[in-house]
Amino acid sequence: MTEQGNILFCGVGGQGILLASEVTAYSLLAAGMEVRKSEVHGMAQRGGSVTAHLRYGGKVFSPLISPGEADIVVAFEMLEAVRYLPYMHSSSKVIVNTHKIYPPAVATGKMAYPENVLGELTSRDLHVKELNAFDIASGVGEVRAVNIVMVGVLSTYLPVDEQVYVDVMHERIPERFRDVNIRAFQEGRKAAAA
Amino acid sequence: MVYGFIFFMIHRRKVVTTKSTDKLWLSGNEALALGAYEAGVKVASGYPGTPSTEIMENLSKYDGVYTEWAPNEKVGLEVALGASFVGVRALATMKHVGMNVAADPLFTSAYTGIRGGLVIINADDPEMHSSQNEQDNRNYAFAAKLPMLEPCDPPEAKEFLKTAYWLSEGYDTPVIVRTTTRIAHVKGQVAPGEKTGSSVKPEIVKDAAKFVMLPANARNRRKFVTERMKKLADFAETFPENRIEWGDGTRGFITSGISYLYVKEAFPEASVLKLGMVWPLPEKMIRSFAEQVDELFIVEELDPFLELHIKAMGIRCHGKDLIPAEGELNPAIVKKAITGEESSRFAPVALPPRPPNMCPGCPHRGLFYALSKQKVFVAGDIGCYTLGFLPPLSAMDSCVCMGAGVSAVHGMAKALDEEGMGKAVAVIGDSTFAHSGITGLLNIVYNDSYSTVIILDNRITAMTGQQPNPGSGTNIKGEPAHILNFEELCRAIGVKNVVTFNPHQITEARKILKEEISRPEPSVVISRAPCVLIPSEKKRVKVPYRTTRENCTGCMACLGLGCPAIHWVPVTPEEAVKLGFKEKQKGHSEISVELCNGCGQCAELCKFDAIGREEEK
Repeated sequence: MTEQGNILFCGVGGQGILLASEVTAYSLLAAGMEVRKSEVHGMAQRGGSVTAHLRYGGKVFSPLISPGEADIVVAFEMLEAVRYLPYMHSSSKVIVNTHKIYPPAVATGKMAYPENVLGELTSRDLHVKELNAFDIASGVGEVRAVNIVMVGVLSTYLPVDEQVYVDVMHERIPERFRDVNIRAFQEGRKAAAA
Repeated sequence: MVYGFIFFMIHRRKVVTTKSTDKLWLSGNEALALGAYEAGVKVASGYPGTPSTEIMENLSKYDGVYTEWAPNEKVGLEVALGASFVGVRALATMKHVGMNVAADPLFTSAYTGIRGGLVIINADDPEMHSSQNEQDNRNYAFAAKLPMLEPCDPPEAKEFLKTAYWLSEGYDTPVIVRTTTRIAHVKGQVAPGEKTGSSVKPEIVKDAAKFVMLPANARNRRKFVTERMKKLADFAETFPENRIEWGDGTRGFITSGISYLYVKEAFPEASVLKLGMVWPLPEKMIRSFAEQVDELFIVEELDPFLELHIKAMGIRCHGKDLIPAEGELNPAIVKKAITGEESSRFAPVALPPRPPNMCPGCPHRGLFYALSKQKVFVAGDIGCYTLGFLPPLSAMDSCVCMGAGVSAVHGMAKALDEEGMGKAVAVIGDSTFAHSGITGLLNIVYNDSYSTVIILDNRITAMTGQQPNPGSGTNIKGEPAHILNFEELCRAIGVKNVVTFNPHQITEARKILKEEISRPEPSVVISRAPCVLIPSEKKRVKVPYRTTRENCTGCMACLGLGCPAIHWVPVTPEEAVKLGFKEKQKGHSEISVELCNGCGQCAELCKFDAIGREEEK
């Protein structure tokens, strides 16, 4: 646990990465921390590689995390985890959703999805937490809650009480989606402990 | 795409205070909207464009402000100018390339000046996250002789906008507030403030010497502009947002906007002159700062704007000799440029690229697939459909600016004459057509070429996040609005051949395209089906398609669409035999049912009955 840090969210446009970073930001704010966050909208959201930079605690100036300075990387897709390797440092913690989303060249049979791609991280002695957030989200009955499963895992790495996240979701998520998202969050926390 | 809906719901809700403080958690664009509200803006007009779009979207949620999506940025600025002329505070918003469109009124509004405060928010996009170029619009402030403020974060964005109205009315000038992507889409904590207002009385005032810019009047106003900029330069010397933060090193930095935060992060102990106003510059302050530091560095993204003007003062400094002029900066780039120190980091790993793609069920995909079979030059345009350039569709051959495709295809026809007939077409979106395509089409008819223009009408401005446009039937607030009839408009311009089809029906689309492209006179083809991201489309229950594996011959025809919901599953000869395929079959297609939006384009392409819907099986 640390009182300041840099979290890089990465994945594929459409996976709900911006919402995951929002719930995290609101929870850190509710715990009384300084937070700054940077996103990219527009063309990047059309199924491309997407990131959100979140910096919390301490004296934060730049809203962007510099390469080599992400303490936690929350990767919604395996290839994307490895794509942002230059942002990691030797003690970065990487949370990876192992559900594959094929990039166009792979989907159309022009290239292969690299085998054992996470070996690129483990071979560099990085802490890697793997889980299939898609399966977990399906298990709670909402495949679209992948992002909140990932927030659940992330929450176990951050100095904020579980209840703060739950309160934030109560406050911010429309009622009809609330319960399923809170369940997804709790399943994420369980997966982190597993 | 399917996962976005909860995000959407949250962002539609009213801004709520963060628990720990009484501050709001706002993006730069949300902060600018709040600033406009607090400044008492009455009329605001803009055209969507990343990274500026959310300013107008958020401002439209406040009471007491008229907001609108204009057909283009020139119209938007002229609307705001009109509102200013009758004495209310007015706002125009645009992205950097939008300012090119609005440049005509911009330059002359510098002469007329204002009555009610007039502010133009201009959002630059260094790194071209969602743009076709990365022009540095600080140059417009210099060229148009207008003051420009540049905030560094969301709280400053709000405050600077309010300051801009005060300056506008105090100095009889439009004021530009410039942001970049990392201001617009950065979130931070912002304290709400008092609502202020203008002392100008809203009324019609006839003042020809000020408002009628013909030569005799304009020459007088030209003198006024010179005097005004001198006064503003004096003001810049005492403006509290031009400030020196003395540090203890020998290095001194002059910087502004987001670059200021990168400098503070990279050199927390250094002396910094932060410019909140980037034009005109406080020459005395700059000179004094330069004299008191051993080595002066100008840190700015894109052009050497500050550097050029500071060097023109005869001051020695480092700038673009060290700092990259292309793309965005970050603290690591700034540090390395100045000290040569490279932070230790892992080298990138070669991976399959992941460019953006059109959504599953996107109507543009059907059109581009059909068009890719015509073997023509496709003069493209700006929008989601620019992604039709990417393989496997590879169906766009040029993309320059809004409207360029329509005009350029006429130029090609005139250049090649009969040789070019049937060899080039223009594609343009519905919103882009309303923005800048109509005049190009008028030219095709008036100056008589055989050009074919395809309007990709998906009923919305899609790329920037589903803003309504004159063809959508709703306004910015979601209220009913007149629906532009594209067919009638094209006929009124004089196009005799206007055909409309549904691009999901690819066979029909191919047939119509072939006929229209070969026609020796102007024709317009309207490819019409709604964007899958329009809320009503998102709500519509869609029956997904599924692959019947045993029927798939591995012909890959469906993969030619490049749909994110379809992927190729390679198999070995042994696996092929086991699956009941011929030994030489190299794989089969598979649809990810959770991604499929049920458009049926792939089913139409499959000749082997391997793609169908559940209930049809």
